[in-house]
Amino acid sequence: MAKKKIHPLFWICLIAGLLCIAFGIYRDEVITIYQKAIYICMECIGLG
Amino acid sequence: MAKFIKKSWSKIRLGIQILFLALTNGYVAGFLKGKIYQGPGKKICLPGLNCYSCPGALGSCPIGSLQAVLGSPKFDISFYVVGFFLFAGAVLGRVVCGFLCPFGLVQDLLYKIPFFKKRKNMPGHKVLVWLKYAVLLLMVIILPMFAVNAYGISDPWFCKYICPSGTLFGGIPLIAANEGLWQSLGGLFIWKFSVLLIILVWSLWVYRPFCKYLCPLGTVYGWFNPIALSRFRIKEEDCIHCKKCQNACPMDIPVYTKPNSTECIRCGKCVQTCPTECIRVALLPDTKLPDKVKEK
Repeated sequence: MAKKKIHPLFWICLIAGLLCIAFGIYRDEVITIYQKAIYICMECIGLG
Repeated sequence: MAKFIKKSWSKIRLGIQILFLALTNGYVAGFLKGKIYQGPGKKICLPGLNCYSCPGALGSCPIGSLQAVLGSPKFDISFYVVGFFLFAGAVLGRVVCGFLCPFGLVQDLLYKIPFFKKRKNMPGHKVLVWLKYAVLLLMVIILPMFAVNAYGISDPWFCKYICPSGTLFGGIPLIAANEGLWQSLGGLFIWKFSVLLIILVWSLWVYRPFCKYLCPLGTVYGWFNPIALSRFRIKEEDCIHCKKCQNACPMDIPVYTKPNSTECIRCGKCVQTCPTECIRVALLPDTKLPDKVKEK
C-alpha cells in the first residue's frame, strides 16, 4: 500500500495552528507583540 | 532542467537564503537612520530567528514574541505564537532553518571560509544536541513565565542572555548608528558580544553549532519534520545503503534510516548526492532522471 504523501497530522496541526492564531488575535496578543516589537528591545541588543 | 537544479542546488539554496533575508530585513532606512521599523508588519511573526530590533526587520521574531507574551502580566500562554509554530511547522518544518533563517545563513557562510580544520560535530554531539531543549524549556518558557518582577513582567531571558542574532543584526548596527547608545554599553553587552563572538568563531570550525546545540526555534520546528509537507521518504527498493547521504549530510544524519530526523535542516545535500535518487520529498511525484542524462 502506497504511503500517503501528506501525513494526517499535517492537517490537524495546520487547522489547530490557524485556530490558535485566530484566538490569539482575538485576545489581543498581537498588540502585546506589536508594542514590544516597535521599540528597540534594549535587552535583546545587549544594553539591558 | 532537473539535472541543472540537482547540480546547482547549493547555489540555488544560497540564493533563496539571501533573497529571503533581503525581503524580511529590507528596511534600509532603518540602517541609515539607526532606527527600527514601526509599521504593521511587526505584528506578523517571521519564521526564522529574526530579531525585531534589527534596524532592517520588517516582522517579528517568534521566539522574541513568545517571550514578550509569556513575560507580560496579561497572558500565561501565547495562542498566537503557538499557532504560528503549528502552522509554520506543519508546512515547512526545518526548511525554515535551511532556507529562511538569517543566522543560519551567517553560519553557512562562515563554515565556507577555509580556516580551521572543519568538522561536522563536536565531541559529545549525541549529548550536546539535548542542550537546545534545555534552552527552550528554561530560557524561553519557564523563566519568562515565572521569573517576574513586582509588576508581573519578566525579561526576555533567551533574547537578553543568549540570542546571537539579536546582537549581530540588532545590537551592532543600532549601536554603530546611535552615539547615544554608547553610554549604555556595559556588562550585558560584553557578555552578549562574547557569546556572539564565540558562536561565530565556532561556526568557522563546526557546521552550524548554534542550530545543533542552542537554538530553541530549530528545536520546535524539528518536531514537525516527520509530518511537514517538506518530509522526505526513502524508496527502499532503490536504496543500496552506500551511506553517501550521511557522508554528504552536514548534520551527520543517517538519512537512509532517518529521513525525517528532528536534526535535519532540509538543505537537500543528501538528495543531491544520492546515486540512486531514492531520497524523495514525499509530496512531489516520483520522477527519475533519464538514463542518458545520468550516464553523462
